[in-house]
Order: sequence, then C-alpha cells, then structure tokens
Amino acid sequence: MRAFAIALTFAAGLALAGIATAPPAQAGPQPDEILDDPELEQRARALSANLRCLVCQNQSIDDSDAPLARDLRVLVRERLVEGYSDDEIEAFVVARYGDFVLFRPPFNVNTVLLWGSPILVFGAGALGLFLALRRRRDVAPSVTADLTPQERAELERILGEKSSGNS
Amino acid sequence: MRSRRRGSGSTGIRRPARNERIRGRADGIGRGGQLLIEAGHFALALALGLSVIQMVVPFWGARTNDPVLMGVGAPAAIGVFALVLFSFGVLTYAYVTSDFSLMNVYANSHSQKPMIYKVTGVWGNHEGSMLLWILILALFGALVAIARNAVPPKLRANTIAVQGSVTIAFLLFMLLTSNPFERIDPAPFEGRDLNPILQDIGLAIHPPLLYIGYVGFSITFAFAMAALIEGKIDAVWARAVRPWTLGAWLFLTLGISMGSYWAYYELGWGGWWFWDPVENASLLPWILGTALIHSTVVMEKRDALKIWTILLAILTFSLSLMGTFLVRSGVLTSVHAFAVDPDRGVYILAILVFFIGGSLALFAWRAPLLRQGGIFAPVSREGALVVNNLFLATACATVLIGTLYPLALEAVTGAKISVGPPFFNATFVPLMVPLLLLLPFGQVMAWKRGDMNGVAQRLAGAILISVVLTVIIYGFTYGGPVAAPLGVGLGIFLIVGSFNEIVTRSFTSGSGFRDAMRKARGLPRSTWGTVTAHAGVGVMVIGIAATAWSTERIVTMRPGDVQHVGGAYSVRLDSVFPRTGPNFQEDVARMTVFRGDRAIGQEETSKRFFPARNMPTTQAGLHTVGFSQVYLSFGEPQPDGSLGLRLYYKPLILLIWIGTLFMGLGAGIAMSDRRFRVGAPVRAKRDESASGTAPAPAE
Repeated sequence: MRAFAIALTFAAGLALAGIATAPPAQAGPQPDEILDDPELEQRARALSANLRCLVCQNQSIDDSDAPLARDLRVLVRERLVEGYSDDEIEAFVVARYGDFVLFRPPFNVNTVLLWGSPILVFGAGALGLFLALRRRRDVAPSVTADLTPQERAELERILGEKSSGNS
Repeated sequence: MRSRRRGSGSTGIRRPARNERIRGRADGIGRGGQLLIEAGHFALALALGLSVIQMVVPFWGARTNDPVLMGVGAPAAIGVFALVLFSFGVLTYAYVTSDFSLMNVYANSHSQKPMIYKVTGVWGNHEGSMLLWILILALFGALVAIARNAVPPKLRANTIAVQGSVTIAFLLFMLLTSNPFERIDPAPFEGRDLNPILQDIGLAIHPPLLYIGYVGFSITFAFAMAALIEGKIDAVWARAVRPWTLGAWLFLTLGISMGSYWAYYELGWGGWWFWDPVENASLLPWILGTALIHSTVVMEKRDALKIWTILLAILTFSLSLMGTFLVRSGVLTSVHAFAVDPDRGVYILAILVFFIGGSLALFAWRAPLLRQGGIFAPVSREGALVVNNLFLATACATVLIGTLYPLALEAVTGAKISVGPPFFNATFVPLMVPLLLLLPFGQVMAWKRGDMNGVAQRLAGAILISVVLTVIIYGFTYGGPVAAPLGVGLGIFLIVGSFNEIVTRSFTSGSGFRDAMRKARGLPRSTWGTVTAHAGVGVMVIGIAATAWSTERIVTMRPGDVQHVGGAYSVRLDSVFPRTGPNFQEDVARMTVFRGDRAIGQEETSKRFFPARNMPTTQAGLHTVGFSQVYLSFGEPQPDGSLGLRLYYKPLILLIWIGTLFMGLGAGIAMSDRRFRVGAPVRAKRDESASGTAPAPAE
C-alpha cells in the first residue's frame, strides 16, 4: 500500500509539474559500464534482468536509465569482478532492498501459492475432467428433444390450436 | 456562452493582451462550433436514456413473448450507436479545430501537432478512449440488431438487452467521472500536447484494434447471458456466437500484435513482450477467447461442453472488463500509466463487481438447467479440444495470478514482492510447449472416437519433415543456443502439421493431382481458417525461437567509425546532426548498414525532445533484410564527444508479427464460412429475385 501511495504522490507531482507520467526513456547499461570479459558481462546482464529498478515502473535495472539503476548495475559488475557467485550477489542485493527487488520471486511461504498455481490449476482441472468423464460414462445418453418447459407448453398450445381448428 | 466569455474577460485583467487573443480565438471557432459541442455532450445523455429503453423493453418483450416489444431492441440499439457516433464526431471536431475550451482537448492536444495525431489524440487519453470504448460497444449492439444470420428472435432480443445494460453502465461511468466534454473557462491559448509516446502511428491504431477485440467479447457475453436467461442453449446458439467470437479474437490478436510491434520499435531496446501488467491485461482475455473459440466448435458440432462454454464466455468478457479496470484505474502502475486515477477505479470496480458477480450468480442459478449433450471418448477431437481448453485455462490462470499476486500478498501480509518476466517465462512457456506439440495431433483426430494409430499414420510425414529439418538447423547453428533450433522445429511441425490436414483430406490414393486440388478448394472455409491460424502460430513460434540467436552490442561511435552488429552485418556512423520537427526537436544519427563490405542501406535513429511535455523519445532505425532486422538505437552522447549506440541484429524477428497476421487471417477466413451466413439473408435474397421488384414481401 505504501508503494501505491508513493507512486500516486510521484504521479501527482509529475502531473503538477506539467509532465506526463512515466516517461519510458529506456537506456540500460552504458558503454562505459560494460565489462571486458564477455562471460562476466553475460552474467551481469542476466543478473540485471532479474533486478527491479526501484524508482521506475516495471523496469529491470537492465532496461532503465535511472541513476539508481546505474548504481546497481555498477555494483553488480564490481561484485562479479571480485569473484562473487550469482547467488551471492543476488542475496546481497536482496539483503539491501528486500524480495521486492527480484523479478523472479523466491520460493518461500509467501509465494507457495504463486509458484504452485500452474500445477494446482492444471491438476484441479484434470481431476474435474476425469470425474466428469467417469460420471458421464455411467449416465446413459439422453435422447430427449432439447426443449425447455416453456417451449414444450408453447408447442402443445400450437398443436392444440391446430387440432381444434381442424375438427 | 456570451456571459461566460464576458466573465473570462473580467478575470483576465492581469494579462489583457493574451486574453484578447483568447477571446479572438473563441470567436473564431464561433457560436456554431460551441453549440455543436454542447449538442455532442447532450447526445451522450440521450444515448444513456435510449440505452435504458434498449435494455428494458426487449427484455420484457422476450419475457412476455411480445414480438412488438422485442422488436424495439434493434432500432434502439441503432439509435444509441448513432448518438454516440455523433458525440464522438463532435469530440473529433473539437480536436481537429484545437478547441481548447474543452478540458480534454487542452490537456491532450496542441495546435502545432500533425493532423493525424490530432485525430488519434481523441482516444490517446482516458476520457476519449472511454468514448471510443462506448462507441464500439454501441456499434456491436447495432451490428447484432442488423445482422441477418439465423438467430432466434428471443435470443436476439435478450442479447440486445444485455448489451444495452453494459452500455448504460459505461455511459454512466463516463458522464459521472470522465466526461470528455468538460469545459475550462477561460479557454487557454495553447494545449499541453499529447503524450509524445502516443504520437506514433503504431500506438495510434493500437487502442481501436484492442478495444474492438475487448468489446467484441461483450457480444459473446450478452449471448451467454441471454442463453442463461432463457435457460436454453444449443448448436444454434453456438453457430450464432461463433462469428462474433472469431471477430473479437481477430481484432484482439491484431491489437496485441500491433502493441507488441510498437513496443519493439518505440521503447528502444528491441524487446517485444515485457509481461507488463497492462500487456497481461490484454493477453488474459486473448488466451481465454482462444479457448472459447475452440469450445464453441465442440458445442456447434457435437452439442457438448455447453456449461463450460457459457462460463468461458462470461470469464472472457470479465477479463476484458478487468483489463479496462487495470489500465484505467492505475491500480497497477506500469509504462501505460497515462491513465492513473484511483477515483475512477472505484467506479470501474463497481461495474466490474456488478457484471462479473451478477453474471456468475446468474450462471450458478441457471446453468444446472442447461442439458448436457453428446458424449465422446477421451481420445477424440472433442477430447483434444478439452485438453486445449485445460492448457489455455491454466495458462490464463497463471498469468492472472502472477499479475495480481503482488497486490493480494501485500494486502494480506504486507510483504512486497515483484512478479516479472522471469516468473512468466518459467510458467507460461512450459504450459504452451506441450499444448503446441499436441496441436497437430488434435487437428487430425476424428470426432467422437479417435484412434491413435490412425493419427500417427496421418501425421507421420509431418513429424518426419519436422525432425529432419530440426536436425539440419541444429547442425548449421551448432554451438549456439540449443533451445532455438528446437523452437524452430516446433514451429515447423505446427506449419507442416496444419497443412497436413488439407493434404490428407484432399489427396486420396488413386486420384490425380487436379482432383486433389479441386477437393482442397472444396473444403469448408472454417477448415482453411483453422489451418491458416495454426500455421500462423507456427510462424510466430519460429520468430520467437529465433530471438535466441539475436545479438546486442553497446558501443560508442564517432562519425566514420564502423562496428560489427551481428551475423554478416556491420554499420558505419555517417553523421550526427540536430533537426526540427513539427512539435519536437531531435538529434539524428545517420548510419550506413553493410553486409560484408557492401553497403545495403542507410538508416536514421534519433532522440526526440517534445518541449510541450518536456519529454524525450527514442526513434529506432530499422533495416529490414527478409524477415530479419538490423536495429539501431540512439543512446547517450559521451563525455569524450562520441555517441553511445545500441546495435542489434534480430534474425527472423518479423515472423513473430507475421505469424499473428496469419492467425488473424485464419479467424477472418473462418468467419466467412457459409454456415455462419445461411438462414435468413439467403432466403430473403431468393424471395426478392423471385418476386421481382416488389417493394415488400407479400403477407
């Protein structure tokens, strides 16, 4: 809720200043940030894509030109050069900014339902389907004309009129 | 009017000179124009009144079985459309003439803006886009009213009534919270301009396409509600609904595709799908709409899956409404947040609760009355389509949960998490791959009871071709990403497997080629539609898989420098210079693209600055070679005087959007199937020709 409030204040501030909200000026890593070792750089890009830019709207630090995003990108690269593993660097950033900074939410109590949702939904659907199929095999196929009670009454009325007209 | 203008004169003592010009401007537009705008405003109120009639009278007529009352629905729906169209025309007129006495025009337009963006600016903002939404809603109501395919009169009356109720809700919403005809006094001399991101032809036509898709599902919803009200649903219903569903799906497909291509070239780093909440909001009804198209086939052909189809129709439109809510309320802040305003969110939420809650309640109450129809074996075309629905529904639920989970979690526990592209890629892709792998198998399966051996025989050729091609591609790209050739192979399997249906259904042993061609031409349009759309999915999958081969380079260049981009392509920076556009200034980098040593073209990429909004945008330079693109993006000028640039080589990237075009084309072909048109119009024509020039059919 606080992020929501901050976002609102931010938006209102921008609106007052006569600027549209959310200028998506994308930039990402600048030429001077790129590491010489292509393998390390590759890892840096992969790590950055999973880290959220905290002052932007739905951008990873790899997509953003905000100063904070740049700081984080530089930090990630410094740590990589110092020889830390990907997990250690991620843990370091999470320790500073919380789980919110990760675009791939960690698997824990809070996110069990999230990560489990595809399997749960698929399983529930498959189970429902199985039960429905089994039940319908037991039921003999209905061969009644597909008429609602009203329609049947209507039909009888018309037929009745006809027969009375004929007689 | 007159007294208002006098009022503006008295308040403007501080700056008389400017005020004179304002008055001059207002006089220039003239009282006729001002009156027109009030008339446009009034037309909306009239439309609200008329849509109440559209809802109540035909509904009552259907209940009491009164053909006269039921007949009121059609002219009322057409009337509502005419009124809203007039109102929309007036707002467009206000934009074209830059009438800044309208708050909406002032906030979103500029007298120096190119004419095309003055027009598209009408829906480049909240109020205007709501008016467009309502216009399309009314248009669909009118189309149902005039459509002459065989729909039972009661079903038609109830459908028009339900459509009327949706129109009422949105007209009320607009008149109460987002009136585009709100005035400001005194009228400012110049507008604040349209958000420059929206000043792009791609994003200009994106919303109308998307809205036709969203709102098109309102018809399916209205039909579902009508079926529940009547307590009756059958193959006739499915046949009546299918063209509408296909049409809505077609436009939603094109709308999403357009938005994706826009993001690709406008946001400046060559991504094409970001799993942004607002993108998800449009993807959700698309996924469920896809499921709906498939389940109505089962219902039409085999009279099964009735209750499920009704539920899908309800949920698809509910997700469309929710998409509107998510975008318009600003609940989820994202790059599309030009519509941030939580007050309106409350109203939309009320609409949402009313329609989703109401329809689901009606569903729970009436659905048990619907009789289940034909039975089928698990291994059959029906079974395959059920599996399709299972996968699509799960994918839809996953994206929905992923989009809303952070909001829910924060509300419940206060914990803040982000759910971004890595989550969606990790869950959505594993659901789609098996679905797409099974697709060609389902397509050749027989109705009612299929047999695996027959299916395997009919698909053997397609499987062989796909496997061989995959191995060849793998060999040629050895050392590259493994997922790419596998993905391309899947795409090939989808294309070959789709056309396999045409081949197996027209070529029979013993008959000649010409005979087979004749047979292929004689296949129903819906079959050709299916094949085209499924092949389109294959084309798209190839484009997506090929993104794994794309390369990116982040460089600094001075004029004269040459840089390798990727593949056989390199670029030379020719010059960097400033330029002035109609309502912006830009810095332009002109570059020459080389293949090997040969220059193959010149492209420009620029950074634009819009002073009225104090905002920059990046214009990418795209050089297309076949289905591949060299993508050049203007970066930051460096302290040492060189220019930062991003250079991408995107092999086969265009196949992503070409594939969606084929999907849309397939839906269009299927829509034109003659069985959706048979009935009233055919007979009417024959009657006319038989009775010569008789003005009215004899009683």
